[in-house]
Amino acid sequence: MLIFEQSRPGRAATAQSPLHSQDCADIPTSQLRTDAPSLPEVSELQAVRHYTRLSQKNFSIDTNFYPLGSCTMKYNPRACNTLAMLPGFLARHPLGPASAGQGFMACLYELQEMLKEVTGMQAVSLTPAAGAQGEFAGVAMIRAYHVARNDTARTEILVPDAAHGTNPATATMCGYTVHEIPTDKQGDVDLDALKAAVGPHTAGIMLTNPSTLGIFERRIKDIAKIVHDAGGLLYYDGANLNAILGKVRPGDMGFDVIHMNLHKTFSTPHGGGGPGAGPVGVSARLEPFLPVPMVGIDGDEYVWITEKEKPQSIGRLSAFMGNAGVLLRAYIYARMLGHEGMHRVAEYATLNANYLMAKLRDAGFDVAFPNRRATHEFIVTLKKQEKELGTSAMDFAKRLLDFGYHAPTTYFPMLVPECLLIEPSETEAKEDLDGFVAAMVRILDEARSTPEVLKEAPHTQPVRRLDDVRAARELDLTWKAPAA
Amino acid sequence: MPFIPHTEHYVREMLAAIGAKDVDALFDELPAELRARGLQAIPAALIEQDIARVMHERAARDGQPLCFIGAGAYEHHIPAAVWEIATRGEFYTAYTPYQAEASQGTLQLLYEYQTMMARLMAMDVSNASLYDGASGLAEAVLMAVRANRNAKSKRILMPSTVHPLYRKVVRSIVSNQGIELVELPYCTACGNLVPASLERYNGEDIAALVIPQPNFFGVLEEVDALTDWAHANKALVIGVVNPVAMALLKPPGQWGSPGGAQGADIVCGEGQPLGAPLSSGGPYFGFMCCRKDYVRQMPGRIVGRTVDRDGRTGYTLTLQAREQHIRRSKATSNICTNQGLLVTAATIHMAIVGGTGLQKVAQACHANTRSLVAKLIANQYVEPVFTGAYFHECVLRLRVPLKNLLRPLAAHNLLPGYALEQDYPELGDCLLVCATETKTEADLNLFADHLHKLIERQTTAGCPVKPKM
Ligand SMILES: Cc1ncc(COP(=O)(O)O)c(C=O)c1O
Repeated sequence: MLIFEQSRPGRAATAQSPLHSQDCADIPTSQLRTDAPSLPEVSELQAVRHYTRLSQKNFSIDTNFYPLGSCTMKYNPRACNTLAMLPGFLARHPLGPASAGQGFMACLYELQEMLKEVTGMQAVSLTPAAGAQGEFAGVAMIRAYHVARNDTARTEILVPDAAHGTNPATATMCGYTVHEIPTDKQGDVDLDALKAAVGPHTAGIMLTNPSTLGIFERRIKDIAKIVHDAGGLLYYDGANLNAILGKVRPGDMGFDVIHMNLHKTFSTPHGGGGPGAGPVGVSARLEPFLPVPMVGIDGDEYVWITEKEKPQSIGRLSAFMGNAGVLLRAYIYARMLGHEGMHRVAEYATLNANYLMAKLRDAGFDVAFPNRRATHEFIVTLKKQEKELGTSAMDFAKRLLDFGYHAPTTYFPMLVPECLLIEPSETEAKEDLDGFVAAMVRILDEARSTPEVLKEAPHTQPVRRLDDVRAARELDLTWKAPAA
Repeated sequence: MPFIPHTEHYVREMLAAIGAKDVDALFDELPAELRARGLQAIPAALIEQDIARVMHERAARDGQPLCFIGAGAYEHHIPAAVWEIATRGEFYTAYTPYQAEASQGTLQLLYEYQTMMARLMAMDVSNASLYDGASGLAEAVLMAVRANRNAKSKRILMPSTVHPLYRKVVRSIVSNQGIELVELPYCTACGNLVPASLERYNGEDIAALVIPQPNFFGVLEEVDALTDWAHANKALVIGVVNPVAMALLKPPGQWGSPGGAQGADIVCGEGQPLGAPLSSGGPYFGFMCCRKDYVRQMPGRIVGRTVDRDGRTGYTLTLQAREQHIRRSKATSNICTNQGLLVTAATIHMAIVGGTGLQKVAQACHANTRSLVAKLIANQYVEPVFTGAYFHECVLRLRVPLKNLLRPLAAHNLLPGYALEQDYPELGDCLLVCATETKTEADLNLFADHLHKLIERQTTAGCPVKPKM
């Protein structure tokens, strides 16, 4: 039932708003609303119960193994939330003076420094609100760099065909056209195609490494050279940083600009869709263009770095300091890992992924790149099962829900047919991975014996498969009370 | 090992299953010359009690000043239940609801949120959030250019009464797409945009007019006349509004004279006043509503109600063909992760506070600010700047140098408002003040007393000041 259907005229949680109405006669009537907005009229208990019950209809990391590839669904330490929500941090107004924000700014400054170290970049700006906004900042900086050099013929951004959708969408938002680069049989960027594509029109390339195929791009140095020799810059999509944290650094690979997804690698929660944080790091030549505000230090005082100090900055991307509270959570997590904890993240994430891949392969599943090491994630392709048994990747995904496992990422990257992109993360224990393998084996058996069980799945969730076509065709986006 | 559950025993078993000699062997595809060394600039690990000590000290250092700054971020009471529920693991640690059957909680909540926002704004539809108010306005500008099929130009009329930081953000985000932002001056007497001043653009090719309500100065814009003008000139209307204000003021869906093509076309704004703490500027969320006709041009996620195979009601992400994961370089926006958890909080907040409650909050904020203004302008060196009606925020001019007051007030742990000179040089020594419902009569008196005393000290010390006329 919707909260609106529980609403009764005149009911209210009266402890939660001022006791009395106030006269607002100084505002002209023509500017006023004629009635109060029609929001739910419920008691506090009704609201609490309703939303608590809704929460119970979700899968989450706290309740389920959630091996969603490319999303790094690792444990989100509770301390990060509790400490980021201390009253001193929550009460601070974003336009308050720096003198009343030294504690907060100390955390941000130290986070900038730590992110510089793990990425090997020259400077970091924390303001982008999520990965896609980090990408925007990165490509906008590439553009600003070329423009500042009067190199205005560069109109094209190269994007491998395995890239996440935000990459080409970002290039467009920055006013570039997109040129797709194919992937070779081994899952690496096709170097001949890359060589043929670069030229004086190339502004740069957006690369994810490890790629979204779950493998490390081995010829990264060659790619960097080809693009740099053509005058283009290299953008690193850091969504998969978890795989290489403390092992290799994008700065050392030759990247000019990167974004990180703190809501992946640095364990801030996904919150059912956000908020995230997508800081950007740059090499020296892009430093003047970083988005503001940033935090600097002057003597023993933290100060804001704004357009004044960075006149060539690409500017601001949100009104204040990005997703400040998310940055605090990432800071707390990084301090709890320490320098000795960073590389362990990559090591155990990689161990878990390779173990899961080996077990699934032994159980009869086809992995997309059997001759390659998995990074922190890998791809299983169910093309054979689709063809021979008529059961699709979607069927497997939905059936997994019945066994209490969130489905891996399905049908991404689009290059691999009937794919499951599986990312266990370092925080899962072997027992949980074994449980997942057992469920997959059981589903494979069912696919052979009773395929309709898969096709009809899920059976145990609050709803069965939903009619997405109807949802898009007969748009019902807001609730309207049925006519009495 | 923090957050890693592996025992040595299991590591050995796992490596054996993989057929690798040690963990390092799993990285054999990484070029040896690229291997990182040490990360020594990162401090050693802290256990929870030690990082807790650090964070408590830092949070305490930031004090909790009595704050009369608004300027786009507002301190409101948030029911305790809101964040208790929003931070339940089932909401807090879920991903975007791509697997609809396993995410009905989040999806139904988003459908309720869309309904609440559409009702508050009197608009047809809402999306499921953008990053914040400022980037949301940038998205609204891009959307208007796509949606307005009558306009060939990419010209946007942008009043200078729109939040200065929003205008900066819009510039950073849309500048690479050839969009022209035309800044409109405000009336220095009334503090808003004079509708007649738009006549010079009559008949010109304009994609959209942006209307802030209330505007950055707290002053109300003449939304009806402005909306009529825009529609008569085939420009779309983008409202950028404070959602708490909309519980009291005429909602954007009703702007314009009756009988005309009524209502804003796109509405966006900062969702923070609906349940998000100030928290140094984020996370907040941007909201966006529009007319049904334009829904396919809207950026961001949208939830729809549908049925499952058994005909049971269920909720799912819909119209995904607008989005980057399907449409790639042709998507309406690159946004992917949005501000889901803040929307969760806002939905619970609106359900608990309710429509009448929210209206009372808006009234109380306004009455408090009005009372504060009266107390402050009782001093002959303080005067209101604009004559236009305002909502819950007001510009005051001080006849003493503002810079001489800010520091001593901060020493009293009081932030008196936002100094406007940095964004509006003509408003030197002017302060934008706001007193929300969280302020008591005693708070207002404290502010007034401190200010009066400081001014007295300044004026008797022979400073070059002039009382108001
Ligand atoms: C490879 C890759 N790039 C970019 C993104 C975009 O990040 P965000 O969702 O934070 O905008 C994602 C996340 O989904 C991703 O997996």
